[in-house]
Amino acid sequence: MSVIAPKFRLGYFLKSLTDNIFWIIVLFTLVGMPAIMLILFFIDLPVLDGTLLTPFLAFTMIFHPETGVPLLKSLLYSDFFRIAAFPGFGFAALLAAGTIFAERKLLAKLQLRVGPFYCGKFEGILQLMADGLKLISKEIIIPAKADKPIFWAAPILFVATAAAFVSLIPVAPGWVVADLDVGLLAVFAIIGFFPIITILSAWSANSKFPFIGGIRALHQMVSFEIPLILSLLGVVILTGTLNLSKIVESQSNYWFIAFLPIGAIVFFISMLAELERIPFDLPEAESEIVAGWLTEFSGMIYGLVQLGSYLKLYAFAALFVVLFLGGWQGPMVVPPFPAEIITHGIVAGPITIHVPGLPITTQEMLNGTLWFTLKTVAVIFFILIPRGVFPRIRIDMLLSIGWNKLIALAFINIFIALGLLYAGVLGPGGLL
Amino acid sequence: MTARLPPGLQLEKVDDRIMTLNVGPQHPGSGHMRLIIKVDGDYIVSCDPDPGYVHRGEEKMAEYRNYITNIPHLERPVIHDSCNILYPYCLGVEELLGLEVSERAKYVRVIASELNRFTYTLYWLAIYGIFLGHSTMFMWPAGDRELAIDLLEKLTGARVTHSYFVPGGVRNDLPANFEDVCLRQINYLEKRLKAYADIFYDNPILIARTEKTGVLSREDAIRLGTTGTVLRASGVDYDVRTKEPYDVYDELDVHTNVLKNGDSYDRSKTPWLDMLESCNIIRQALEKMPKSGSVRVKLKPNPKGGNDEVYKRVESGRGSLGAYIVSRSKPEPYRVKLSVGSFRNLICMPYLLKGEKLGNMPAVYWSLNYWPVEADR
Repeated sequence: MSVIAPKFRLGYFLKSLTDNIFWIIVLFTLVGMPAIMLILFFIDLPVLDGTLLTPFLAFTMIFHPETGVPLLKSLLYSDFFRIAAFPGFGFAALLAAGTIFAERKLLAKLQLRVGPFYCGKFEGILQLMADGLKLISKEIIIPAKADKPIFWAAPILFVATAAAFVSLIPVAPGWVVADLDVGLLAVFAIIGFFPIITILSAWSANSKFPFIGGIRALHQMVSFEIPLILSLLGVVILTGTLNLSKIVESQSNYWFIAFLPIGAIVFFISMLAELERIPFDLPEAESEIVAGWLTEFSGMIYGLVQLGSYLKLYAFAALFVVLFLGGWQGPMVVPPFPAEIITHGIVAGPITIHVPGLPITTQEMLNGTLWFTLKTVAVIFFILIPRGVFPRIRIDMLLSIGWNKLIALAFINIFIALGLLYAGVLGPGGLL
Repeated sequence: MTARLPPGLQLEKVDDRIMTLNVGPQHPGSGHMRLIIKVDGDYIVSCDPDPGYVHRGEEKMAEYRNYITNIPHLERPVIHDSCNILYPYCLGVEELLGLEVSERAKYVRVIASELNRFTYTLYWLAIYGIFLGHSTMFMWPAGDRELAIDLLEKLTGARVTHSYFVPGGVRNDLPANFEDVCLRQINYLEKRLKAYADIFYDNPILIARTEKTGVLSREDAIRLGTTGTVLRASGVDYDVRTKEPYDVYDELDVHTNVLKNGDSYDRSKTPWLDMLESCNIIRQALEKMPKSGSVRVKLKPNPKGGNDEVYKRVESGRGSLGAYIVSRSKPEPYRVKLSVGSFRNLICMPYLLKGEKLGNMPAVYWSLNYWPVEADR
C-alpha cells in the first residue's frame, strides 16, 4: 500500500500556523533571544555618536536602519560570523546539506526512482530535516566493551577536524577564516588527522567489523595521501606560495587545470578515496563488513560522522576549486552598487537616510562567492556521479592504484610543472 | 568448562592470527543463513556455510495434505520463482494420477515458467549488484522486475505467490489480450537487459573484481554436483530443458548458454544470458501456442494415486529442480522430496572461498545463484 501525501487545504494550513505560532514564540524567547545576545557579546560593536554600544543597547537598535546596518556590518566582519556562518561552518553545512539532497535526487533519477518525495511540499526538500530529527531522537547505544571516552570523542573529533579543514578555504577575496601563509601545509596536516580518528573510533568500538573497516580506512587513507600531496606540489611549484588565497590570485589569467590536467585527475581520484566515496567505499563496504568503522555508531553519533564526512566532501571539492579551477576568479556578473547608496545611504520611504555602514558588502565578494559556489557545486556533482555508475573495488586493487599508478602520475605532473617553470612559461616572472 | 558451544560461538584465542567472522544471519551480506568465516588478515582461511535458519518443513507438511492443497505451500520456499518450484511436483502428480495435459496448457506453463525465471533472476541480479556496491544495478532490475510481475499478475492474479500450476494444467486460461501485452513487455525487457550490459557487465571495475575469483573448474563443477548456471558457467553444456525436455520444450528452439572460465564473472553472466534466452522462448511459445482449448483437466475430489513413485525435474532459475513423490494409494502423498539447485550449489562455497580475499566473499557467494530459503525448504 502506498502512502499518499495529504492534499493541501487552506483551513488545515491556517490551523497549523496558529498552532505553530505558540511554538515560534516559545522558541524565540527561549533560544533565539539568548542566541542573539550571545552573538552581540562576541562581535566588536561600532562606536556610534561617540558612545560605545553595549549588547543591551545594540539589541534595541537592531530594528532601526540607521543603527541596525552598521551593527549588521560589524557582525559581518567579526571573527564570530566568519567561523560560525559565512566562509566557515554555516556556509559549508548549507552546501553539505544541499549536497545530501542533490545526491539523493540525482541518484534517484539515475536509477529510475523518485527519491525523497513526501517530506516537505516540494520534492521532499525537508527529508534531511526529518532524517536529522530521527537520528536525534534515536537512542545512542554504546557497546558494553567499548572504550567509552574515545568512542564518544571520535565523532566529535571527526566533525571538528572537518570543520578545521573548512576554515582554511578562501571563498572570496579576503573571506577566509584562517588566512595562513602555510595554508596548504595546514591542509596536509588536517588530512593527516582523519586516519588517526578513524582508527581510534574503530578500535575503541571493540568489535570485529569496525576493526576491519578501520584497518581498511587506514590503508586507504595513508596510501592515497601520498599521491594527494604529490599532485598538489605542481601548483605550489608554479605559484611559489602555500597561501591558498595567493594561489587563487595567481590564477587570474588562467586556471591550473589547463596546464596540470594530470595533477587534477590524480587529485580528484585521491580525493574520492579520501572521502570514502564509491568506488572507494571499502571502509564502509556493506555486504562485506556491515558498515565498516561506522557499524557501532548509532543515533546522533552516526549523524555527526555523516555531517563530518559531508563537510569533508565540501572542503575537498572547494580545495579542488581553489587549486585547479581558479577559486573565486570569474567574469564580473554582479552589477555594481548604485553610487547614491555609497554616498547618501538608503532611501527609506520619502526620506534618504545617511547610514555609515553602507554598503554592507563589496561587489567582488558577491561575485567571488557566486563563482566559487558554482564551481564547487560542479565539482561536487562530479564527485557524486561515480556512485551511480561504479561498483566497489577491492582493497588490493585500491592499493595497487594508489601506490603504482597515481604516484607515478603525480611525479609526471611535478615534472610538467618544473618544465613549465624552467621554460619560463609560468611561475614568478613567467610569460603568462 | 568443556561445554560444547555451537560452531562460530566458540571463544577464540586472543593471540591467534585467525579471526572468526560470523557473516549472518544478521548481516547485510548474508541472507537467511550464516557463513562462519575465518580470516587471516584479508585472506579467508576457511568458510563454513551454516544454512537452516528458515527451515519450515515443507516436505513433511506435504505428507498431511492432499495433492491439490499441497500447491500453495510447496511454492513458499521460492516465492519469486513459484511456478518453477511447482513444475516438477505437478509433472510428477500428473504421472501418478495419469492425467493428460492439453497442448495449450503446456504452452501456458512454459510462458509462465519463463516469466517466473525473469522475476527470479532479476531479483537475484539486483542483489548481486548491491553486494558489489553497485546501487544502480540494484534499482534497475528491481524496477524492471515489476513489468514481469505485472504480466504474471495478469496471468495468475497474484504478484508473487502465484499457485498457478496445478496437476492437470494451469489454474486459469490466459486473460484477453495477454499475448500482445506480453510481447510488448518482453521486447522492452530485452532492451533493458542490453542496457544492463552497458552499466554492469562491461564495467571495467566489475570485470577486474570478479574475473578470476572463485574459479570452479569443469571437473570440480561436475564432481561437486553443482547445477544450473554455476555448472554452465564452468563449461558444462547441461540444461534440463534441452537434455531432458519436459512439456513442450522439445518443440521449442532452446539455446543453452555455456561459458568457459567458471569464475564469478561468468557465473554472474550466465543468468543474464539465460534471461535473454527466456525472451526467445516466450516469443516462440506465444507463436506456436494453440489459440484455443482447455487448460485444466477436471479432477475428482481427493484424487488418489496407486502404489507408485515418480521423480521429475525441471530447470529452475537456480538449476535443476527435482521432485520425488511416493504415493501409497491415499489422497496424500506418502513422501515428497524436493531436490533443489540452491543446496547443491551451496556445497561448493567452502571450496571456492578458501584462500580468497574477504572482499571477494560477496562476489563469490551470490554468484552461486543460491537462495537460502529454498536450500532450507
